[in-house]
Amino acid sequence: MKTRRIDNYGKINRDKILSFRWDKKNYKGFEGDTLASALLANNIGIVGRSFKYHRPRGIFSSGVEESGALVTIGSKDRRDPNVRATTQELYNGLEASGQNAFPNVNFDLAGINNYLGRFFAAGFYYKTFMGIPPLEWGKGTAIWMFFEKFIRKAAGMGSASGLPDPDTYEHAHDFCDLIVVGSGPAGVAAAIEAAEKKLDVILVEQDSLIGGNQLAENDFDNSQIKNQLENLGIKIMTRTTAFGLYDNCVVGLLERVTDHILAPNVNIPRQRFWTIRAKHIIVGAGAIERHIAFNNNDIPGVMTVNASKHYLNRYGVLTGKRIVIATNNDSVYETAHQLSEAGANVTVLDSRTNFEIETNKSFEIRKGYVPYNINGSKKIDSLDISKSETINKSETIDCDQVLLSGGWSPAVHLLSHRGVKPKWDYNNACFLPSDTKENITMVGSSRGLWNKNDCIASGIAGTTDALNRLGISKTNYFFPKPGGWKNPIQPLYEVKYKKSRSKSFVDFQHDVTTDDVRLAHREGFISVEHLKRYTTLGMANDQGKMGNIIGLSLMAELLNKEIPEVGTTVFRPPYTPVSIGALSGRNVGKHFRPLRVTPMHQWNIDHGAKMIEVGLYQRPWYYPKENETLSDSYIREASTVRKTVGICDVTSLGKIAIQGPGSTEFLDRIYSNGFSKLQVGKARYGIMLRDDGIVMDDGTSWRLAENEYFMTTSTGEAAKVMSWLEELLQTRWTDLNVNVTSVSEQWAGVSVAGPKSREVLNNCVDDSLVITNNKLPFMGVTSTFLKGNIPCRIARISFSGELAFEVYVKSDFANTMMDLLWENAKKYDGCLYGLEALGALRVEKGHVTAAELDGRVTIDDAGLSKMASTKKSYIGSAMRKRGVLKNDDREILVGFFPTNLKETFNAGTIVCEKNNIKGQGIGRITSVTYSPELGHWIGIGFVKGGLDKWKDTTLVGADPVRNKQMNLKVVSPHMIDPKGERMYA
Amino acid sequence: MIRINCPYCGERDHSEFSYGGDATINYPSLDASEKEWTEAIFFRKNIKGFQFETWHHSNGCRMWLVVERSTVTHEIKSVKPCHPDLQKVVKNNK
Ligand SMILES: [Zn+2]
Repeated sequence: MKTRRIDNYGKINRDKILSFRWDKKNYKGFEGDTLASALLANNIGIVGRSFKYHRPRGIFSSGVEESGALVTIGSKDRRDPNVRATTQELYNGLEASGQNAFPNVNFDLAGINNYLGRFFAAGFYYKTFMGIPPLEWGKGTAIWMFFEKFIRKAAGMGSASGLPDPDTYEHAHDFCDLIVVGSGPAGVAAAIEAAEKKLDVILVEQDSLIGGNQLAENDFDNSQIKNQLENLGIKIMTRTTAFGLYDNCVVGLLERVTDHILAPNVNIPRQRFWTIRAKHIIVGAGAIERHIAFNNNDIPGVMTVNASKHYLNRYGVLTGKRIVIATNNDSVYETAHQLSEAGANVTVLDSRTNFEIETNKSFEIRKGYVPYNINGSKKIDSLDISKSETINKSETIDCDQVLLSGGWSPAVHLLSHRGVKPKWDYNNACFLPSDTKENITMVGSSRGLWNKNDCIASGIAGTTDALNRLGISKTNYFFPKPGGWKNPIQPLYEVKYKKSRSKSFVDFQHDVTTDDVRLAHREGFISVEHLKRYTTLGMANDQGKMGNIIGLSLMAELLNKEIPEVGTTVFRPPYTPVSIGALSGRNVGKHFRPLRVTPMHQWNIDHGAKMIEVGLYQRPWYYPKENETLSDSYIREASTVRKTVGICDVTSLGKIAIQGPGSTEFLDRIYSNGFSKLQVGKARYGIMLRDDGIVMDDGTSWRLAENEYFMTTSTGEAAKVMSWLEELLQTRWTDLNVNVTSVSEQWAGVSVAGPKSREVLNNCVDDSLVITNNKLPFMGVTSTFLKGNIPCRIARISFSGELAFEVYVKSDFANTMMDLLWENAKKYDGCLYGLEALGALRVEKGHVTAAELDGRVTIDDAGLSKMASTKKSYIGSAMRKRGVLKNDDREILVGFFPTNLKETFNAGTIVCEKNNIKGQGIGRITSVTYSPELGHWIGIGFVKGGLDKWKDTTLVGADPVRNKQMNLKVVSPHMIDPKGERMYA
Repeated sequence: MIRINCPYCGERDHSEFSYGGDATINYPSLDASEKEWTEAIFFRKNIKGFQFETWHHSNGCRMWLVVERSTVTHEIKSVKPCHPDLQKVVKNNK
């Protein structure tokens, strides 16, 4: 196979040869190559198969707009699908393969799809498999679900590795005065001007080299520019794409740190996701050359003119020998000249008839000619051309390459991210950026400037604009007028040749043809947004960078409108794809979210705890003895608490210090029950409502002193309650002198529960007299000392229904406290118990937690009507009485037994009447447990009408998810010791 | 990304803050009628343009702020503490 590399061209390092593999064969390239240039140099024409029709596809471009050369890079867990070969730098050992083909891109069995084209036209899947709405929704959807997996396999691109990503990614942040996107002549001029005016500048370039499209010039050398930028202190970020603009001049960048290296250093992230906060943004993102739609315009060997120039002058690759260039504008002639100088036989077809261009006559110009059909399948054999006025079979040119230039589209994408709509420019046949009030300035060919001097002038003007807007200067400036070609462009988007059934592609990426656009029009999908969704025009990796305008122009023609009347689709971030890895950064695995542990976390683990996540907290779940399962363990733990004593870490509860002369009044307003008469040295269980009368949270507040309280909240609502209290004090009740402080981290808490709990504590406190039944009655609070002079707070609070105490010490003393309590609890055959046993104990008592208080439940629903004071007003007191919350059919808290006591059930079970098992039923079971005390499964939950209505009726528990059903008996939620005699003991 | 200039902490990303709600509501007294409360908590204007809203600097100084923000452009015109005493402190320090 002959090489296409030619001597004396290109900026590649020919002294450094790189080996790489393409579809399991070995090839060589040079340092400075992209995968695309190396493939072209090795004369590899077919690099992929198209999305739907599996047509052979080659390399269309030399940049981010590529929609043909999407390949898979790497193998095993580093396999990266849908990589643009045109932007993938070559490295020694690179492994790449074609996609969407079996067995390979040269011979693909699914190529048959090409001949079944009519089945794959736009909307085919919807119409055939998803039913004809609205009549066949149900049926069609089922058929779709059956066929979907086959369709998805046939139409698709590369596949992900499915393995954990071995690379790391980072999130990084920076600030600057000015960020310049793009290092072409405009961007560089802007950056230099700004740095000279003492602005702090970041210059971002997606390529590995700075220079922009100048890299396609044969005499361009960027080393001087680079030195100048560096000397001015400009931060240059290459291999970095500005993928999105956001509010307040925030720019999202993706820096590809090691994508050009085979075996990256594990200490370096593969990619960095930058958030840059700038004061001004200058976008010099360039322009993208468009192709032209005509029959078989996707055969490998078709390319943009500018791409061919890049391959010649940057990579030393002559992409064709007998080249036909088809154009409608002046931009191609320099390239035509250089290609013919490099040894190619070049013919230019220019759709215009009346124009003047200076050339050295080394190539032929056919004025008023256009291409209308390519002959060939895996490569170009010849090109049918015609006079542009009427397309008639006239002439065939022998050629091996067709280069296209249908005009240039300024890269207005980033500005579009800010909701700024571009405006159509008839003279230049392109969308130009509109002005914006935000600190964003477009420069260079992104504002439709086609020659270098204009670009440089616009860069300097852009920086002056930035300085003015930042209030640093007040200098007049002007931008050069869009355009810059000698002869005007003649709009040319499609060459229509009716006598052929070949496909004419608008958007290569998703195989969208001109016929698809016409079909969409016939079926009424004429708005731009509908056109996009119906045909998938402008979707996927390239986001229509080349094809969008062609699609718009076709629709405009069909509607007999102008392009701006048809509209433009809104570009949204990202400009080029951003990997999920970069988005998640270091927030993966264990670092996916913060982890909270209690100060006795290690102590719990050392004593055999199995942990469970509750919110962000790690809490002891159960403490299995040898061979014990979860249920063995929690049943033993719960029984032990009822029999003797158990110790449980309750540190994760929210804890808030409430201080100041208004504290009592404050609590009286936020809790539904009264706090004004709570004595110092007593605690009270309280319920907080939201403004709308629904329960927000429950907890206890301990009056430590006249104006000082210690509040506990549930684990899950701790942060919300804290914010709520702050909101009330800072926004509504600004006259109340109260200070709230979160002390959740400062105190370690433990519950000591069971008939022997006082005896255990007696051995642990300095002065056992302080915890006698007299000194510390039920709901009593004391501040005292544990042995070893450890200050502590003890409250006689019970969640289990047993005699119980909550003991709090400063977090630093947590382990000492646990050692002390555990040593003494063992003397009474006590146990450590976890969340599962805690749950069992509270369900037996009918106590509600987050599972019940789910944001829909009122005090009355929860059976806690007594907690709603009638003597005062409080948050939610008016709204809890509104009609909808007082309906007879509210779901009320009850207990459930399985009628057959040997049966089990699960939380989530829907409660129904016997002959009416459907929908949401009449209630639900929210928490279940095996009750060691009762010897069978029990649950609590809600049922419409409550206990009174159903106590003599057998209901049905439906659990369709687990395919279970059981008869239920409705009982009081207080299933054990309903009078609470044990707690008061 | 919205950037909010907290009077205590300085300009920070909005991810440090939690959105509150309409800052112009005069919440009725606790013993006010159901009707008054219904007005206060369920009825909101859907403003196009600048509106006053509360934000909590939950991952910062914990101050509740009144932010004057455009619902169209996210432009922020002013930021001040909700609490009148804190407003005075901020003013005096300027
Ligand atoms: Zn702050």
